Amino acid sequence: MKASIQFKLNDKPVTVVADDGRPLLWVLRTDLGVTGPKYGCGEGVCGACTVLVDGQAVLACQTGVKEVIGKEVVTIEGLEKNGTLHPLQKAFIKHDALQCGFCASGMIMKAHSLLSENPTPSRQEIIEGMDENLCRCGAHKRIILAIDTAAQDMRGERKS
Amino acid sequence: MKNKETARQSFPPTASSLKLSRREFLKRMGLLGGGVVVYVSVGDPSSWAQPPTDFNAFLRIGADGRVICFSGKIEMGQGVVTSLAQMLADELGVPLTSVDMVLGDTLLCPYDRGTFGSLSTKYFGATLRQAAAEARAVLIQMAAARFAVAPERLSVRDGQIIDSQNTNRKVTYAQLTRGKRIERHLTHRVSPLPASRHTVSGRATGRTDARQKVTGEARYAGDIRLPDMLYAKILRPPAHGATLKSINLEDVGKVDGVKVIRDGDLIAVLHPYPDEAQKALDQVQAEWDLPDAKVDNRTIFEHLLHSGPSEEIAADSGDIAKGKKMAAQNFDSTYLNHYVAHAPMEPHTALAHVEGQKATVWASTQTPFGAREDVARTLGLASRDVRVITPFVGGGFGGKTRNQQVIEAARLATLAGKPVQVAWTRQEEFFYDTFRPAAAKFGHRFAKTPTGKGLGLACTDYKGTYVATMAEVEVDKKTGHVQVARVVCAHDLGEVINPEGARLQIEGGITMGLGYALREEIRFKGGRILDANFDTYELPRFSWLPQIETILVDNPAMAPQGCGEPAITTMGAVIANAVYDAVGVRLFELPMTPQRIKAALKL
Repeated sequence: MKASIQFKLNDKPVTVVADDGRPLLWVLRTDLGVTGPKYGCGEGVCGACTVLVDGQAVLACQTGVKEVIGKEVVTIEGLEKNGTLHPLQKAFIKHDALQCGFCASGMIMKAHSLLSENPTPSRQEIIEGMDENLCRCGAHKRIILAIDTAAQDMRGERKS
Repeated sequence: MKNKETARQSFPPTASSLKLSRREFLKRMGLLGGGVVVYVSVGDPSSWAQPPTDFNAFLRIGADGRVICFSGKIEMGQGVVTSLAQMLADELGVPLTSVDMVLGDTLLCPYDRGTFGSLSTKYFGATLRQAAAEARAVLIQMAAARFAVAPERLSVRDGQIIDSQNTNRKVTYAQLTRGKRIERHLTHRVSPLPASRHTVSGRATGRTDARQKVTGEARYAGDIRLPDMLYAKILRPPAHGATLKSINLEDVGKVDGVKVIRDGDLIAVLHPYPDEAQKALDQVQAEWDLPDAKVDNRTIFEHLLHSGPSEEIAADSGDIAKGKKMAAQNFDSTYLNHYVAHAPMEPHTALAHVEGQKATVWASTQTPFGAREDVARTLGLASRDVRVITPFVGGGFGGKTRNQQVIEAARLATLAGKPVQVAWTRQEEFFYDTFRPAAAKFGHRFAKTPTGKGLGLACTDYKGTYVATMAEVEVDKKTGHVQVARVVCAHDLGEVINPEGARLQIEGGITMGLGYALREEIRFKGGRILDANFDTYELPRFSWLPQIETILVDNPAMAPQGCGEPAITTMGAVIANAVYDAVGVRLFELPMTPQRIKAALKL
């Protein structure tokens, strides 16, 4: 059913007129032109489309746009604040934690959610928390390192 | 299949496809304000009676002091956007930050066969250095004339030429080239600098594309938006070899906003939103005649033995009978290697915009020039009127060389009269992947240890890159599960351009190799591809990850070699050897799934 859907996207209120059964991923990528979240599988088994809804990582390809009405959606485009990158973004750059970059947006958003739930994750907890996100280029080792670095940074234990 | 692919990839650039008016060309190079351009032309320069018209540029030093490298290579994660820039910066004596890379744009970049086989650094990099060496020689000549000194007295640093006998006397590249236009053809007469004089190469440098890729700014083919564009979803057969018996397109044609296109075997549903196009296509009722193919992923080996092409002798030397007698031990084994998918995270995607007799295509491809020829041939356009632009490619691994999606987008855009994006679903990606067997190389084994833990070793010489890999595994005899605890992998790549980039590529190769060795296997039956997504086709995950250590042999005397693929080829052997060491059974079939390990243990 066509509806006027309102939510907050990367700190700004947005209104979309769309069929409310449509997946959030395609409303973001086409109607709103926010292309950071990627399509990798369409069935919720790769994590490339991960975004935050009220701070929680969700798979945008499996989330109906009506589910985010009145909520706060954050994509990779919303992490940089006043020209300063988020500690996760900095750490991914520092550790070369990506190659083709197609999974990077989903990885970072998933890690964001992980760190807000558990600011002091062990290596094993990072591995378990990230296990549903796929990376074909094989940057896993560096992604774990980057999340650990970002966690320390966010706890104020290291200078970025 | 293989012959066809080879023929297309070596498709030569036609003179007509590269001919441009000189003014038009210089305009595109942004050179009307002055600068130095080094051209690399097709053919042997010694045979030219006059400068050829079928040139293209490799690099440009603009009057603003910025250096632009134009290359037909593409960036799909392997890091050439950084490593090629490093090679160029070294040779020209400029900081890495003043180099811009323009990759995979067929209008601006020199012809290139494609980016695959871990060959970019080895071959293209070498030519790029030649071109940069010539540009440096030209600039030194200009400075020598300006200072009225011998060129030997001059040295180059940070985009400046300095008189070594009077260091106050210096001039920047930008000052030298302002208002002048110097064009040179690559003669290969100037020697590039020796590795000992490289200051940018060989040092850890961050990826120059990292910032764009962690902010969402990086554009991939599917991220390009044009006014009025439509998203197409194409009707696919349920199995390879299936033929369409009947179809009803009437109902779908009535759906609001939907446009249906049928052009021979190409049937597509188009809509301003991709998800709506997919929903509409899912409602189309089609009946198919299925092929009578019975071969599946288990019977394929038997089938290939009996119906495959007869063997070809690639090289013939020595005497095998004699060798057998001399050998201390003879082995006789059959190795089976199942088909695996390339499975890049980004499925094949293209956006085509056709205006009159001209076409522009943004494509996820490893062969932009091949794509240009495909579009030209399909639409009956001249090659020069087709421009293929390659944004960042979301992984390729050799699987994005055929450009089927480019042809589909071009056909649909022509028929729709609007820009059309074709972005394959994951199911289409698996269905049309050009499956390949994973490679395995020779190896050794260590003395047996009885604990279920084992060590393996494997070595290879892959197109000039020497690799030795060791792995430590733990095998659960009850479940057959193999956990790889540690992989140590040494490479001799010759001169290493970007050490972190090389390590990253090796780590990637190890990880992909783990998938091929332990889990990845495409199942098919009678033309149907039974694995259509990552739920059943398992890629390596974080929880699989061994401790990975990479070793780069310090060997700057050897020219840079390829990286990326070599490590993958050792992984099957190294893990098989480690499994043998751990549990005393040898597996001859990849992947070594828990079921296969359990079955081998029971024998």
